[in-house]
Amino acid sequence: MNTVEHTRNADRTLGDPIVQISNVAKSFHGNKVLHDVSLTVRQGEVVVIAGRSGSGKSTLLRCVDYLETIDSGEIRACGHLMGFKESAGGKRTALKEADIARQRQDLGMVFQSFNLFPHLTVLDNIVVPPVQVLKADEDATRAHARELLDRVGLPDKENAYPSQLSGGQQQRVAIARALAMKPKVMLFDEPTSALDPEMISEVLDVMIDLSTQGMTMIAVTHEMGFARAAADRVLLMHDGHIVEEAPPEKFFNNPDSEHTRLFLSKILSH
Amino acid sequence: MTWSWEHFFQYLFSGYIVEGAWTTVWLAVVSMILGCSLGVVLAFMKMSDRRPMRLIANTYIWLWRGTPLLVQLVIIYTGLPQIGIRLGVVESAILALSLHEGAYFAEIVRAGVMSVNKGQEDASKALGMTWAQQMRIVTIPQAIRVIIPPLGNQFNLMLKTTSLASVISMEELLRHAQQLAQIEFRVLEVYLVAACWYILLTTIWAQVQKRLESHYEKPFGPAGKPEAAPSINKIADITSTQA
Ligand SMILES: Nc1ncnc2c1ncn2[C@@H]1O[C@H](COP(=O)(O)OP(=O)(O)OP(=O)(O)O)[C@@H](O)[C@H]1O
Ligand SMILES: [Mg+2]
Repeated sequence: MNTVEHTRNADRTLGDPIVQISNVAKSFHGNKVLHDVSLTVRQGEVVVIAGRSGSGKSTLLRCVDYLETIDSGEIRACGHLMGFKESAGGKRTALKEADIARQRQDLGMVFQSFNLFPHLTVLDNIVVPPVQVLKADEDATRAHARELLDRVGLPDKENAYPSQLSGGQQQRVAIARALAMKPKVMLFDEPTSALDPEMISEVLDVMIDLSTQGMTMIAVTHEMGFARAAADRVLLMHDGHIVEEAPPEKFFNNPDSEHTRLFLSKILSH
Repeated sequence: MTWSWEHFFQYLFSGYIVEGAWTTVWLAVVSMILGCSLGVVLAFMKMSDRRPMRLIANTYIWLWRGTPLLVQLVIIYTGLPQIGIRLGVVESAILALSLHEGAYFAEIVRAGVMSVNKGQEDASKALGMTWAQQMRIVTIPQAIRVIIPPLGNQFNLMLKTTSLASVISMEELLRHAQQLAQIEFRVLEVYLVAACWYILLTTIWAQVQKRLESHYEKPFGPAGKPEAAPSINKIADITSTQA
């Protein structure tokens, strides 16, 4: 990975909390994956989540977008209590799937495996969701999509199909597709793990660019260069707990948790 | 009586036989359309997260796949009147054939939908799509490719299976051949004529099916291999050979 300069703006002003995860617990078939996890992310903040395989990073991210239900606790994102409706008396009722779908419109998510729609062209991958889901104007959306393709460095690929693109190109299209919905928060789940080494930086550059433009981001990644360059905070998850939560300098140089030291020694020895 | 080409060709193009063949075609098409619609409903019931839905669909599929169509046909036409449900020949034939087809097509649709990568569902949900939008925009267009080949086979079977309806005196190809044989006594000629018409129908369908499959089998997007970004090494190679 190239040595990215410290582009992170030290005096970037962070806004109000936009994602609040409070005491969230989650099990799969009796196997507890998240234990009482709490995390607050403020508007404009970039949070990197690291941790070894199986520590619950993806599950946490998926819970934020309510792709997974939670067993206890609550998640507030972009003003929504994810998955629930709150009535005046504080009573909560589970939302119908169409209402949860509406809550998700404010969050963008990028997956390790890109998950582009293989039967649609690059442009349609980006244009179809806002037009169909948000009923956005088609011409305006198309113009916006072209701008986004420009921004992710793929201005000449709009008529290609995903199968004709390299992994790095597909992931950049996936980022553009998520941005076309004009999300308030972007969630990244190991966006570069499936990529050949030479394609990692083209995706990270797009993410860094996004962070400097003030996008709120929660990124699960082991790209510590990205964490150094763009993160306001780096978290370490271990067995379903957040065991470290620190600014990058402290995370890398002087972490509190033994788990972090162990994790860093493994990452850096690679 | 010896074999007669003259009679064979006379029957082959007789209006009575052609009329029977035409009935076979529309009976197959109508039953297929209704059966496939039922199959889609059953498939989604089977994939529902509501237990009663799954139970109904599974029980239906179990019953209809576990009993012969011939039995279903005579129950509907000759059995139901006993409890006051009287259906005509055509209605009974269409009903029996489509109820039967539905049970088989349900599994085909389910397999098609299940063949679509789980990541597609994640991406659709993350983009704020409802389940219905996900199905319409993402899942069904991809599942169609998996569904088309077995759908074609089912229609081939349906063209031939309609002949069972002759037992309830549905005026289709086999029934007309039987009637003709009883008048003319040229049993071999008449039934070979019927066989010829079936093979003509299934052969025409096979051609249509081939077109459909080649349309749906080709990879998404224009043919061609994935275009990889030129790596640094390749660029270096090019420049060094040019030097
Ligand atoms: N849908 C599921 N059903 C059952 N168990 C699951 C499911 N998803 C995740 N798990 C389990 O939950 C645990 C945490 O998984 P998770 O994917 O969140 O880890 P992760 O930190 O993202 O790991 P990785 O780095 O490998 O992606 C693992 O033990 C995993 O096997
Ligand atoms: Mg993961």
